[in-house]
Amino acid sequence: MSTETTPWREYFGSRENQSQAAQLGMWIFLGSEVLLFANLFVGYAVYRYYYPEVFVEASHHLAAGWAAVQTLLLVTSSLCVALAVHYIRSGRAFWMGVALLAAMVLGLGFLVIKGWEYWKHWTEGALPGEYYRLAELPERGGSLFFTLYFLLTGLHAVHMLVGLSVLGWLVWGALVGRYTAEYHVPVEVGGLYWHLVDVFWLFIYPLLYLVE
Amino acid sequence: MNPSMAGSLAEPDYLNHETTVRSWLLTRDHKRIGVMFLVLVIFALLLGGTFAMLLRIELLTPGPTIMGPMTYNRVFTLHGVTMVWLFMIPAIPSAFGNFVLPLMLGAKEVAFPRLNLASVYIYAAGAALTLFGMVWSGADTGWTFYTPYSTTSPTAVTPILLGVFIIGFSTIITGLNFITTTHTLRAPGMHWSRIPLFVWAIYGTSVIQVVATPVLAMVLVLVALERVAGVGIFDPTRGGDPVLFQHMFWFYSHPAVYIMVLPAMGVISEVVCAFSRKNIFGYRMIAASTFGIAFVGFFSWGHHMFVSGQSTFGSGIFGVLSMLVAIFTAIKIFNWVATMYGGAIDLKVPLLYVLGFIFLLTFGGMTGVAVATTSLDVHWHDTYFIVAHFHYIMVGSVLMAFLAALHYWWPKMFGRLFPERWAFVAACTIIFGFIVTFLPQFLLGNMGMPRRYYQYPSEMQWLNVLSTAGASLLAFGFGLIGIYLLWSLRYGKVSPASPWGSRGYEWFSASPPGPHNFREPPRFEREVHDYTVSEAPHVY
Repeated sequence: MSTETTPWREYFGSRENQSQAAQLGMWIFLGSEVLLFANLFVGYAVYRYYYPEVFVEASHHLAAGWAAVQTLLLVTSSLCVALAVHYIRSGRAFWMGVALLAAMVLGLGFLVIKGWEYWKHWTEGALPGEYYRLAELPERGGSLFFTLYFLLTGLHAVHMLVGLSVLGWLVWGALVGRYTAEYHVPVEVGGLYWHLVDVFWLFIYPLLYLVE
Repeated sequence: MNPSMAGSLAEPDYLNHETTVRSWLLTRDHKRIGVMFLVLVIFALLLGGTFAMLLRIELLTPGPTIMGPMTYNRVFTLHGVTMVWLFMIPAIPSAFGNFVLPLMLGAKEVAFPRLNLASVYIYAAGAALTLFGMVWSGADTGWTFYTPYSTTSPTAVTPILLGVFIIGFSTIITGLNFITTTHTLRAPGMHWSRIPLFVWAIYGTSVIQVVATPVLAMVLVLVALERVAGVGIFDPTRGGDPVLFQHMFWFYSHPAVYIMVLPAMGVISEVVCAFSRKNIFGYRMIAASTFGIAFVGFFSWGHHMFVSGQSTFGSGIFGVLSMLVAIFTAIKIFNWVATMYGGAIDLKVPLLYVLGFIFLLTFGGMTGVAVATTSLDVHWHDTYFIVAHFHYIMVGSVLMAFLAALHYWWPKMFGRLFPERWAFVAACTIIFGFIVTFLPQFLLGNMGMPRRYYQYPSEMQWLNVLSTAGASLLAFGFGLIGIYLLWSLRYGKVSPASPWGSRGYEWFSASPPGPHNFREPPRFEREVHDYTVSEAPHVY
C-alpha cells in the first residue's frame, strides 16, 4: 500500500511520460467507445432507410425543445469541466472543485429532464419492441424508432452516470488535496471522458430530435 | 550457471519473492498475471478439447453413437464458444503477451498494472457466466449466435452472450494496456525499428481488439435485449433485419481471426530467429504486413455472407479484399522461410511447431483464397470444407504457435527445462494428429457433408473415422505435454538464463525474471536477434 500514496510511478521514468501514458490510454478507450455507439448509429441509418416516413413521424413525438435545454446544460457542463482542468493546471484546486460541482449539477439536470421524458414515453406507450403501444404510428418502424431511441439515449445516460461518478470522485480528490499543478492526470483524463459523453449527445440530439 | 550456483546466489524471482495466495490474487506483476492467464486459458483449452472429442466420437457412426441430436447441438456450440472466446482470442496476447512484452521492451511493468489485474478477473467472471450458461442448459445456436434463431432458442443463450460480452471488456483493456506500454515504456535504445516482431504483432492485434470488440459487445447486447424485451432490431416480424446481425457480427468476428492469428505469427517470428541463429529476413516487411492484415481484415467481413442475399457486386469486392490477406500472409511466410534458409538450424521442439505452423497456415491460407472465390464458396458454404479451412487457419496457427511459445518461453517463465525427447514425440504426435483430423474434413466437405449435422450418409463414414482417429492422437499428444510439463515444474533440470542461446531481448532478464524484471536498466545496443555480432552473455 505504501506505493499507493505517491501518485508518481517510478517505472514510467518521468512524470511527463506517465501523464502521456494516461492520456494515450484514455484516447484509445474513447476510440473504442466511439465504435460502441457507431453500431447503433448504423442501425439507425439502416432502419431510417427502411421506414423513412415513420421515423420522421416518430421524431415528432419527442420533446425537441426540452432536448435543446438538455443540450445547453450538457455543453455548459463541458465548459465547467474544461475550466476545472484550466484551474488545476494553475494549482487552484478549490476552484477546480467548484467547477466540477457545477458540471455535476448541470449533468444531473440533464438526467432529470431525460427521466421526465422517459416517464412521458411510458405513459404514451412509446416503448421498444413488445412493449410498444403507440396507436398513432404503425408498429413496423415505429417500435424500431423507439427501440433505437431508448438504446441510444439509454446508453448515453449510462455513460453520464459513469461520468458523474468520475466527476464526484475528482471532487472528493480535490477536497482531500490530491491534485496540484504538478499532478492532475486524473482530472485531465476524467475531463476527456466527460467531453466524449458531451460529443455523443451532439450526434444523438440532431439525429433523433431534429432531422426531418 | 550450474544449478548449485544458481541455488547459492538465490536471488528472489517473481515466483518466490512472495508466495502467499493473496500475493498472487492481488498481484500487479505482469508476469504473474501472464501466468494466471496461462492457467485459465489452458483450462479453457481442456474444456473445449473435451467437447471436441465428444463430437468426434459421436460422428464415428452415421447414426446416433453416444448422444442425442439436441445434446450434439449443444456440444458443438459449447466447443465453439469455449475455443473461440475463452481460448483462442485471449491465449497468446493475454498469457504470453503479458509475460514477455514488457521484458522485450525493457520495461519494468505494463502501463496500467491495476487494469491488467482487472482484466484477469473480468475474463474469469465472463468465463464463469459462460460456464454457468453451459451447465444450466447450454446453447444450440452455434458459436456465431445467428439471429433470428438465437433470439428465440429456448436454451441458455442469454448468459452465454453476456459472458462473452464481459470477456470482451477484458480484451479491450488488455489491448489498450499493450498499446500504451509499447508507446511509453520502451527502454533507452529501443527505438521503433528495433521493436521485436512479437511486440509488433501484439501491437497490431491490440489495435484490432480495441476497434472491433466494442462492435461485438454491442451486437451481443442487442441479441440479449431481443431475447429479454423483444426489441425487434433483428426480428423480421417486427420489421427488423436478421442480416444486420451478420454484418455487425462479422465486422468483429472476421478481424477476430486476425486477433487470433497475428499473435501466433509474432511467436513464429521470434522462434524462427532463435533456432535459425539468424536475424529475421525482412523485418520491416513482416512488421508492415502485420498492419496490412489488420487493416484489410476490417474490409473482408462480407465473405461470410456470400449466400445471405448480398449483391453479387458486393460479394465480388469482399472476395477480392479477402484475397489481399493472402498477399500479406505470404510476405510473412516467405520471410520466415528465407530466415531459415542458410541458417544454422537447431531443430528443437519450438522450431518443430514452427514447421507445423508454416505448413498448416500455408495450406489453410490457400484454401482460404479458394473459399474467397464466390462461385466456389457457393458450393462449399456451410460444409465441412469450411470447418476444415478455419480449423487449419485458426486452430492450426494458434495451437502450433501457442505450443511453440509454451515450450520456447517455458524456461523463461519457470526456470526449468522440459524433457526434450518427450516433447519431440508429443510435437510429432500433435502435428500428425492435426493433419489426420482435419485433412479428411476437406474431402468430406467437398463431398457435400454440411457442417453441424448430426447424421451423414454411410459412404462418408471412413473419412469421419479417420478424422476421429486423428483427434485421438491430438488428445494423446496433449496428455503427454500436460504430464511432462507438470513433471518439469518440479523435477525438470534448472535452466540457465538463456537455454536456447537466443538473442531475443526478453532473455536479457534472468530466467525466471526477478520481481522487477531487471536488476539494472537494460541496454539494447544491437538489433533484436542479431547473431552477427559477438556478445558476452549478460543478464541485466
